Amino acid sequence: MTHLAVPKTYKLYIGGAFPRSESGRVYEVTTAKGEFLANAAKASRKDARDAVVAARGALGGWSGATAYNRGQVLYRIAELLEGRSAQFVEELRLADGITAAAAVKQVEAAIDTWVWYAGWADKYVQVAGNANAVSGPYFNISTPEPTGVVAVIAPEGEGLLGLVSVIAPVLVSGNTVVVVASEKSPLSAITLAEVLATSDVPAGVVNVLTGSAAEIAPWLAGHADVNALDLAGAETLDWVDLQVTAADTLKRVLPPEHGVPQPSLARITFFTETKTVWHPKALI
Amino acid sequence: MAASKQRFLDYAPAPESTSILNLREHYGLFINGEFVDGGGTPFATISPATEKTIAQIAAADANDVDRAVAAARKAYDRTWSTMSGADRGKYLFRIARLVQERARELAVAESLDNGKPIKESRDVDVPLVAAWFFYYAGWADKLDHAGLGANPRSLGVAAQVIPWNFPLLMLAWKIAPALAAGNTVVLKPADTTPLSALIFAEILQQADLPPGVVNILAGPGDTGATLVNHPDVDKVAFTGSTPVGRLIAKSTAGSGKSLTLELGGKAANIVFDDAALDQAIEGIVNGIFFNQGHVCCAGSRLLVQENIEEEVVERLKDRLTTLRLGDPLDKNTDIGAINSRAQLDRIRTLSDAGEAEGATRWSAPCEIPAKGFWFAPTIFTGVETSHRIAREEIFGPVLSVMTFRTPAEAIAKANNTPFGLSAGIWSDKGSKILAVADKLRAGVIWANTFNRFDPASPFGGYKESGYGREGGRHGLAAYLTSAPVGAARTSTRKAVR
Repeated sequence: MTHLAVPKTYKLYIGGAFPRSESGRVYEVTTAKGEFLANAAKASRKDARDAVVAARGALGGWSGATAYNRGQVLYRIAELLEGRSAQFVEELRLADGITAAAAVKQVEAAIDTWVWYAGWADKYVQVAGNANAVSGPYFNISTPEPTGVVAVIAPEGEGLLGLVSVIAPVLVSGNTVVVVASEKSPLSAITLAEVLATSDVPAGVVNVLTGSAAEIAPWLAGHADVNALDLAGAETLDWVDLQVTAADTLKRVLPPEHGVPQPSLARITFFTETKTVWHPKALI
Repeated sequence: MAASKQRFLDYAPAPESTSILNLREHYGLFINGEFVDGGGTPFATISPATEKTIAQIAAADANDVDRAVAAARKAYDRTWSTMSGADRGKYLFRIARLVQERARELAVAESLDNGKPIKESRDVDVPLVAAWFFYYAGWADKLDHAGLGANPRSLGVAAQVIPWNFPLLMLAWKIAPALAAGNTVVLKPADTTPLSALIFAEILQQADLPPGVVNILAGPGDTGATLVNHPDVDKVAFTGSTPVGRLIAKSTAGSGKSLTLELGGKAANIVFDDAALDQAIEGIVNGIFFNQGHVCCAGSRLLVQENIEEEVVERLKDRLTTLRLGDPLDKNTDIGAINSRAQLDRIRTLSDAGEAEGATRWSAPCEIPAKGFWFAPTIFTGVETSHRIAREEIFGPVLSVMTFRTPAEAIAKANNTPFGLSAGIWSDKGSKILAVADKLRAGVIWANTFNRFDPASPFGGYKESGYGREGGRHGLAAYLTSAPVGAARTSTRKAVR
């Protein structure tokens, strides 16, 4: 007796849950040859706003966790990804039309990216911060802190690696994320969300929207409760308009990159704020 | 009591002499190492304490901006970017020493033009200016250690627009790191306070700084807009109001220009009931009445624990009664003049709004001089978080007092603002200070002190107080890039004006 396949319903990932788009909209995801694979949710303005609310709600807990804890949580994503790599390879092969070998390579790179960034969680503060020798009897220290809620436009290519390469650096310091996945490659994004949901990442820390980046990005760029905007994958969008919109609330904006961003400390520190604390020393 | 206090405080006038000044009647634009005429309409810079004209100042028009940017570009390409870091540093050391040598003159000029008390310009502003150049001078040949990897590169021509509250100090915050990193500069001082920048230009001549490395253009706000939007500018650094910062962020979007903004604030100064109150009272006074409250990081919202509110407010009023308001050049003056009529109008408007919205106003009983722009130190009690005086930056000697019961409430109220520049914490309990400091969303936290500045200490805001840091190693990053040439993303789209 042959087994009739049970296809997965791909939904959004907001606040640790998998809701459909409140708009009820979906769009068709096909193989490179045009064969039907799935209907992905097409997120709306309301979904984006819900995601920002979830991200803001999760910020206190995630940014307040110890760096060692955040490092372990990020490392555990790599562990789970490793265990499910066959599923990602299959999804990438079908949806992105790449060879199995290329898909394996991409999944492995995504796993290694998580491991690399996980290791930074308890080190970036030491590298980016310092004590300051001020001219007076004061203790004075500068340390980086997370910027807050970061909205991210994921790269269009390499659906899994592109997504991981932009959300991992934002998470390291304790920011929370609303990410718009590659429009062409939403399936691996939602499967990654399933990995996150079953890992130790608290609900709301990562929120994944699928659909049209051109439609959703302006709402995120203009949202007053979003602190920073990563336009990594916005190269083909009207990203200058997004930057102009973001200026209304003086968001920190990282401009588009061509392709998948390389792992870098600069991607971590861009989404941090340097806080300098002074305290007098007694004259004894 | 009141009578004896009056007698105790009865000082004879002790004005600093202006004979040390050697002012010209007219100041030109400083372009390519020389003072030249400007194409804009010249304007008078006045003393806000007397409303008397100090000097006539040339204003730059668009052609002058072009000339200055071209001079800065040429100096960048041919001289400054190819000079060794050690030599760049030596020029900066020279400037630091010249500022020290001419410190008294600069302090008098600053107090005359800005209205701030001579004790502040003499003991705070000018010494910090020298310290800033000395600090960054030493960085010029050590950029590999700035944390940006080996061989970080300068950005090119920096357009810098500064405010009127610390005219010469803001100039130093901008020029010193820019030059140390190897950039050249076109700087526009505020239109009410161009004097010390133009005297500084004379210092640059004495230092024999190569022509075009620093160009100084006085003029109105339009001159600043023309400068930051100039297509041959690589870097824009602005200190000023949040609305103008927003405009600059929009107009430079997609241009590939690197941007740092140091904007407004509405700092909370949190006083717990276990604070050392003598120090806290002095800290509150210094926090909001230093420099007439014309300080972006001023502690303009006093959050005091409810059980000590009455005592704190009473002691504050007592202390404010002893402050001397008057001639900025008098060495005993605590509160100088408001910088301009426009700013005085804004302070009055917001203070009136405070009363209209239901807060209780108290002003120190001091004599207001007949001429000039003055505002007595003022406290509002019964302020609610929704009041304009609790939300908007007043930029004047006006303190809004609110209360809290728990640390969590203090933190929530302190963070309840779109700004995030600075904050103060007063408590004798170290663990409480550190826990609260962690949770405040502000770039500078002063615990059991306030309004401390140092060239080694990064300064700058969270949220709508801007981005980037000035001071310290972090301040260098605003003028350097580790990216290879041409990596900056630009759009061919026309910049938004």
